[in-house]
Amino acid sequence: MRQDHLISAVDLSREDIEAVLDRAAEIDANPAAFRQRHAGTVLGLCFFEPSTRTRMSFDTAMKRLGGQTVDMGPVESSSVKKGETLADTVRVVEGYADALVLRHPSEGAATMAAEFIDVPLVNAGDGAGQHPSQTLLDLYTIRENAGLDDITIGIMGDLKYGRTVHSLAEALTNFDVNQHFISPESLQLPRNVRYDLHASGASVKEHTELDEVLPELDVLYVTRIQRERFPDENEYRKVAGEYKIDDETLAAASDDLVIMHPLPRVDEISPEIDDSDHAKYFEQAHNGIPVRMALLDILLSNDD
Amino acid sequence: MTDDHQLRVSKIQNGTVIDHVEAGQALNVLAILGIDGTSGETVSVGMNVPSDRLGRKDIVKVEGRELSQSEVDVLSLIAPAASINIVRDYEVVEKSRVVRPETVSGVVSCPNRNCISNADEPITSGFAVLSDGVRCDYCGAIVREKEIAANLDVS
Ligand SMILES: [Zn+2]
Repeated sequence: MRQDHLISAVDLSREDIEAVLDRAAEIDANPAAFRQRHAGTVLGLCFFEPSTRTRMSFDTAMKRLGGQTVDMGPVESSSVKKGETLADTVRVVEGYADALVLRHPSEGAATMAAEFIDVPLVNAGDGAGQHPSQTLLDLYTIRENAGLDDITIGIMGDLKYGRTVHSLAEALTNFDVNQHFISPESLQLPRNVRYDLHASGASVKEHTELDEVLPELDVLYVTRIQRERFPDENEYRKVAGEYKIDDETLAAASDDLVIMHPLPRVDEISPEIDDSDHAKYFEQAHNGIPVRMALLDILLSNDD
Repeated sequence: MTDDHQLRVSKIQNGTVIDHVEAGQALNVLAILGIDGTSGETVSVGMNVPSDRLGRKDIVKVEGRELSQSEVDVLSLIAPAASINIVRDYEVVEKSRVVRPETVSGVVSCPNRNCISNADEPITSGFAVLSDGVRCDYCGAIVREKEIAANLDVS
């Protein structure tokens, strides 16, 4: 990877992505070979927002490379509560660690943090902005199950605030992928993501109904529609109910359709799908380990 | 003759004359300069003045103040045809057209309230200039040209 940090999927070239995915495949095939690769390395985990999965995933990835992690713990018990700026926090933690992982509720937090530190930084989610390490494991899962060129993908759910969606859509413009976006009108892609998609030559095909495109999809990426995005319970129920996947929905889908979800899900994918060949979301979650190992391996080896 | 007369009416001794501002933008120019009448500068504003180049134009004259580069940069976004005249001792000593910059910093604040640049952090807002607006260096929010005036940071 040419850059020292992973902040936004927009910064990722096809070469960058393939380097991480190829390394992840090597790790998957022979994890033992990487067990002591980064012995003595310390990764700093700075999570300003509750997260169990992403935090555990980075923690595990670092440890499986032979390294260790330090965690600033929950925000409630940290210096942040006493009014410390993010700029100060990352400069302090930089002194404890060889690389940092940051999750923060404000958009642009990782971009700003990177201005203040010299060690590699991974953006593990900035508000409704980006979540590029999730994207890398999404791409790995797509590549394993459907290939990354000459496919049609539908991205469905909360496209406005969904940071995994923003990163994935932007990264997919590096490949020959036909993208469809399925959401209620109030949760369509935000202006800046549209701008990036247009700038990279991709067309934005939007739908309010899944039926319109389902039969032509190779991959369906489902995201959660959150209650707090709607003024009242009734409207939420009405809208969310239209974007649920069950056996009946899938009657019109291709037999090879790959269904993905960044998890956690609530009820947007019915459990009856879990045992079908379509369901790849648990595999996707497991891929977080080799992909984050690969990402850390590459970022930490940059200055060799 | 009209122009000459007007110039005489509000001739300034030292300061800046911002001419060829698009009609209707004079108050936004004042906002960019952080002028709200409380800081004591003598300011004269001409609105809808006949102009060969623009049909109608606005003119802003500020006594005792020369503009900073970042002020001129943002000015160029809302008044791309503007010319800036620096006046010293009643003479125009420097006359320049505004140039559209590649970036602007300060002056404009990000319209995304959840952007880190609006938090209490030791940074200045920064924007890349697009063909039809500006884009936040931090959160990527896009502010269209016609929305810039509403997002001036004039504190
Ligand atoms: Zn912003």
